Amino acid sequence: MSMKWYAHKLAMMFGAKPRRPDKAEETDAAREMKKFQKTPEQSAIRREIIAKEHEYPLVSNKWKYIRWTSIILINLMFVVSFSWDVQLVEGAMTASRFLGFHMADPTSALMVTLAYKDLMLNLIIGTVTVAILWWFFGGRAFCSWACPYHLLAEWAESIHVFLANRGWVKDHPFHRGLRVVLWVVFMVLTFLIGLTVYEYVNPIGIVSRALIYGPTVALVWVIFLLGFEIFFTRRAWCRYICPMGLSYGVIGTAAPVQIKYDLSKCVHEGECRAVCLVPHVLEITKMGYAQDTTEYIAPDCTRCGLCIDACPQGALSYTFRGLDKVI
Amino acid sequence: MTDETAPAKKPKKKRLTRLQLERRRMIMRSLGAGAAVVTASLVGWYPVLNRMFDRLRPPGALVEDKFLAACIKCGQCVQVCPVQAIKLGDSDEGYGLGVPYIDARSQACDFSCDAVQCVLACPTGALSHEIATKEEVTMGVARLARPDRCLAMKGEGFKGVVQGPDFEGMLRYEEIDRWEPIKVADHPYDLELCDLCVRECPIEGAISLVAMSEGDGEHRFVPTITDKCVGCGTCEMMCPTEPAAIVIDTEMSLGETS
Repeated sequence: MSMKWYAHKLAMMFGAKPRRPDKAEETDAAREMKKFQKTPEQSAIRREIIAKEHEYPLVSNKWKYIRWTSIILINLMFVVSFSWDVQLVEGAMTASRFLGFHMADPTSALMVTLAYKDLMLNLIIGTVTVAILWWFFGGRAFCSWACPYHLLAEWAESIHVFLANRGWVKDHPFHRGLRVVLWVVFMVLTFLIGLTVYEYVNPIGIVSRALIYGPTVALVWVIFLLGFEIFFTRRAWCRYICPMGLSYGVIGTAAPVQIKYDLSKCVHEGECRAVCLVPHVLEITKMGYAQDTTEYIAPDCTRCGLCIDACPQGALSYTFRGLDKVI
Repeated sequence: MTDETAPAKKPKKKRLTRLQLERRRMIMRSLGAGAAVVTASLVGWYPVLNRMFDRLRPPGALVEDKFLAACIKCGQCVQVCPVQAIKLGDSDEGYGLGVPYIDARSQACDFSCDAVQCVLACPTGALSHEIATKEEVTMGVARLARPDRCLAMKGEGFKGVVQGPDFEGMLRYEEIDRWEPIKVADHPYDLELCDLCVRECPIEGAISLVAMSEGDGEHRFVPTITDKCVGCGTCEMMCPTEPAAIVIDTEMSLGETS
C-alpha cells in the first residue's frame, strides 16, 4: 500500500472525504481487474448475480450475534463482579481492575490527567494495557465489541432504519470532522477548567455505571441521545461526536486484526455500505475505488462484522495482517 | 459570458448551489450539534461553581476541586466498601456525576475495612494514596450542631434501636464479630446515659463525654470533639435523636468558613 493512500485512509478518520485512488496509487493488478470488471460480459454477469441476490436475499447475522454476546458478556462481568462480589472486573468502563490488573479508558485517563495536571502511575499502566488490547483487535473494536452504549445505539439505529425505510424519518448527517473538533475542544476545556467536562455527557460512563451501580437521573440524557438518533441523525453519537471512539480509532490504526476486501469477489452493489457505522471506510468497494486487488479497510472501522454478514459474495473477511503471506 | 450561454448554464449552476446549500446546511447543523454537546457538558459546571452540594467525600479524598478533577468516575471505591457507605453522585451534582460521596446519617464510614480499602482501590489517587491508616483520614470534623437535642446533655439514657427498626445502616461491633458488620437495627441498646457517639466512635480519643460544670448533682455531659476526629460520620449515624444532634462538617464547608 502506498504511503499516500494510507495517509488518505488516516485522514478519512479525521473527517476527510473518501476519494478514488489516483493513477500512481492504484496497483497494476487492480487496474487490470477494474478494466476486466468493466467489460460488457462482466457487467452482465454482475447484473445477473445482483438480480438473483435480490430475489433470494441472503441474510446472515452471525457476527452481529457473536458481537452482541461479547458486549453483553463484558458488561455482565462488570455487573456480577459487584453484585455477586466475585471481583472479576471491578469498576466501570472508565477505569477498572481485571483480576487485579489496572485497566483505564485512554480518553477518560487523558482527561483526568489534563484536569488534575498530574501523571498517575496506575492510570498510565491501565491505559497502556487497554491500548495494547484494543490495538490488537484494531480500529475502534472497543466500540462494537465492548461499549454498552453501542449496543443501545445499534437498537436505536434499527428503529431509525425501519422508520426511514417508510419515509417517516430522515437522516440528517453531520460532518465527520465534528468528532475531531469536539475531541480537541473537550481536551482544551478539561485542561482550562480543570474538571472532567466531557464525563458529564459521556453516555458510555453513564450507561456503564447505571448497569453496575443502579439507575440514575443521568440516564435521561442517554434516552434523549437515543431518541435523537432514532428521529434525527442516524448513530449521531458514535459517528460524529464520541471522543472515546476517536481515541480508539487512533490506537488501532495499524492493528493485527483487519477486515480484508477482495476486489475480485465484489459485485459493487453496496450492501456493506448500507449497514456500516462508518461507511467511508467501505468506499473502496465502490466501482473503481479500490487501490489494490485485496486491501485492508481503513482504520476508522469498528471491526463489527456487519459488512461481512451483509456481503453475499464473501468479498469481506476478518484476517490477521500479513498472515496470508505467511501461509 | 454572452447572453446566449447564460440561460443554458443556469440550471447547472442552480443544481450546484443546491448541493452547496445542502453542504452548508450540513456544516451549520454540525456546528449546532457540536455547540449543543459542549453546552450540555458545561451545564455540569454550574452546581460545582455555586457549591450547591456539600458532600462528605470518602477517606483520603483530595480537596473538592482537585478531587472532582482526579476522580475517573469508575466506582471502584464503592465496590470494596464492606458497609457500602460510598454512593455515586447523580446529574444534579454537575461534575459530581459518578463521583463518590458518603451520606453519613444513612451509612457512615465505620472503618470496618481497617485499611482504608477505598483508598487502595482508587486507580487515580483522587483518594490519596498517602493515607494508610484510618487515623490519618481528614474527611471532615464532627460538631454538636443541636445541643438542645443531645441526650447526654439532658442527662438521659437511651433504650431501643438507633434510627428505628427499619434503618438499613450497618456497623461493625468488635465485640460481636470483628469482620462482619451487622445492621444497627439488629443491635438494641439499653443505656443509662446515652454515650453512643463516644461508644461507637472508631477513632480512639476523637470524642469524649465531659461533665457539665454547672451541674446540680445531675449527670449531664457534653460530647466533646478533639482534633483527632477524622469526620467518618459514625457518631452522626449512631446519634439516636432525629435529626441527629451531632453532624459532620465536611472539609469543603470547613474550608469555606475558616
